[in-house]
Amino acid sequence: MTRPVAIDVSHLGKTYDKVKAVDDLSFQVYSGEIFGLLGPNGAGKSTTLRILITLLNPTSGSATILGLDSVKDADRVRQTIGYVPQERAIDRFLTGREHLELLADLYHLSAEQAATRIPQLLKLVELEQQADRPAKTYSGGMKRKLDIACGLLPDPKILFLDEPTLGLDVQSRLRIWDHVRQMRERGITVVMTTNYLDEADQLCDRIAIIDGGRIKALGAPHELKVGLGGDLVSLTVREHDRVEQLAAAVKNLPAIRAVTAKANGLDIRVDSPEKALPAILEAANRLTCQLEFIDYHRPRLDDVFIARTGRSIKDDQPTTEDA
Amino acid sequence: MKEYSQEIRALTMRWVRRLSREKFSMLFTLVQPMLFWLIFFGNLFQRAADMQVTQSSSYISFLTAGVVVMTVLNNGLAGGVDLLFDKENGFLERLMSTPIHRTSVILSRFIFVTTITSLQVLVILGVAWLFGVQPVTGLAGVATILLIGMMFGVGLTAISMAMAFSVKSHGDFFSVLGFLSLPMIFLSSALVPLAAMPGWMGFLAQFNPMTWAIDAVRPLILQGWAEALPHVGMVIGVMVLFDALCLYGGARAFRRAIG
Repeated sequence: MTRPVAIDVSHLGKTYDKVKAVDDLSFQVYSGEIFGLLGPNGAGKSTTLRILITLLNPTSGSATILGLDSVKDADRVRQTIGYVPQERAIDRFLTGREHLELLADLYHLSAEQAATRIPQLLKLVELEQQADRPAKTYSGGMKRKLDIACGLLPDPKILFLDEPTLGLDVQSRLRIWDHVRQMRERGITVVMTTNYLDEADQLCDRIAIIDGGRIKALGAPHELKVGLGGDLVSLTVREHDRVEQLAAAVKNLPAIRAVTAKANGLDIRVDSPEKALPAILEAANRLTCQLEFIDYHRPRLDDVFIARTGRSIKDDQPTTEDA
Repeated sequence: MKEYSQEIRALTMRWVRRLSREKFSMLFTLVQPMLFWLIFFGNLFQRAADMQVTQSSSYISFLTAGVVVMTVLNNGLAGGVDLLFDKENGFLERLMSTPIHRTSVILSRFIFVTTITSLQVLVILGVAWLFGVQPVTGLAGVATILLIGMMFGVGLTAISMAMAFSVKSHGDFFSVLGFLSLPMIFLSSALVPLAAMPGWMGFLAQFNPMTWAIDAVRPLILQGWAEALPHVGMVIGVMVLFDALCLYGGARAFRRAIG
C-alpha cells in the first residue's frame, strides 16, 4: 500500500555542543494521518519538531515537507504549515481575537480574508464568547483552544502540535483530542509530540517512539502492541500438579500463540482474546482443573515502550516541558 | 515590500497594545525619570551644586540634558525585555514559524522603543520648561536632541536585544541590566561635569558614549548652536560607530538564537 507522503525525514541529525540531540532519524509521515512523536523529555522529539517547522537547521540529513526542503525552502514551508507551541505561548495582554489578527497580518492575509476566517476559527474552537477578553483571563483549556485556532489560521496542510495537552485537566484534554480528530477529517496532516502514552495510543494513527535521539519503534499503536506477541492471559491453578496437564490441553487450541508453564499456573500469549478465552476456560472445565485466578491484559503502549527502550517513560516523568 | 510593511505594522501595534494594557507600568515608565531625577534630584541639589562648577543658571537646567540621555539609556537597555519574555514563553517561536521576514520582529521593536523614548524625551523637556529651562536652540535644537537620542537608543536597544537572545534565564538579564545602568550614569557627565569629577572617574567617563551624547545635548539646551555644533558633529560620528558595533553584535546573537 503506497500512501502519499507529506513529510520525508532522512538521516536527520542535530548536535548541540557535541551532544547528539537527534541521531540519524528517518521516517515518513503520510498525508492525512495523525503522527505522534512519543518519548520522554530530552528524547529529541521537540528538536525534531523544531527542525520540521524550520526553526532549527539540522546538522546532518534532511527533512522535506510536501516536497519542500526545510532549510532551502524554509519560507515556503512556513506558508504551508501551522504550528501550535506549548500552552504558554500566548500574549497575556492581547485578546483572543487580537492574537488571530496579528497572525493574519504575519501570514499576509488580506483584510477581507482575515475578516471571514477569524470568526470562523473562533466559532470552531468555541471561543466566540471570550474572544474580546485579554488572554490572561483564559483557563488552560481556553488558551489551548486559542493556540489551536492560531495554528489553523493559515489554513495549513500540515499542523504541528507540541505537547498539545500538557498540564490540561481531563475534560479539556478530551476536547483537544476531538479538535485534533476534526482536523484529520478536514484532510489536515497532524504531527504532534507527546510524552503521554495514552494520548499516543488513542489519538495517533502512527507513532514513532523516540529515546536518546533515535527511533526505537515506528508504526500504528496496535501494530506495535501486537508486535510484542499478543495479549497475555495468566492463569493461576489451584492444584499445582495439574499445570502440565492443562498446558498440554491448551497448547493446541485455536488463537493460542505460546504457552509458558510456571510453578502455579500458565502464561498464555493469545492472538484474539474473543476466541481464546472461552476455549481456555472450556479446556480447564473439561479437565476439571480449578482455576484460582485469571488475569487478562492487552499489551499496553507502556509495555511496548519498556520493551523497546529498556525503561519506563514514567521513570523521568517531567515536571516541566523540555527545551 | 507590501508584506514587509504589513508584518512590521502588526508587530509594532502589538507592542503599543501591550503598553496600553499595562497602565501602571506605562505610568511609571513615563513618570519615573522626571519625578526621580529631574524634579527630586534636580531640586534637591539646587543649592548643594556649585553653579561655577556646573556652568549653568540652575542645577535643574544642568541636569536636564543628563536626564534626557538617562531616559534614552534606560529605555534602550530595557528594550529587549519584551523579546526576552517572548523567547521564554515560546511566543517568539510562534512568530518565527510564520512566513515573516526574519528581521521584522527586531525592526518593530526598534521602531517602538525609539518612538516611546522620543515621546518621553519631549515630556521631560516639557517638564524642564515648567522649571524654567528653555532650550536656547529652539525647535531645531529639540529635533537635534531627538536625533541624538534615537542614534544612542538604537545601539542600546541592540545591546539589550542581543542580551535577551543570549542569556540563559531572565535573572541573568536583569542582573546585567542592573549592573550596567547605574555605573553608566555615574561614570558620565549626567550629574556632574567631567572637570569636577575625581580624576579616575573623569578618565573612565570619557569612554562612555553617554558622556558624548550629554555633552552635545547640554549646549543645545544651555548655550547655543555655536558651542553645540562641534559636539553634535562629534557625537554623530561616535554614535554611527557605536551603533554599527552594537548592531553587528546584535545581529550575531540573533542569528545564533534564531538560526
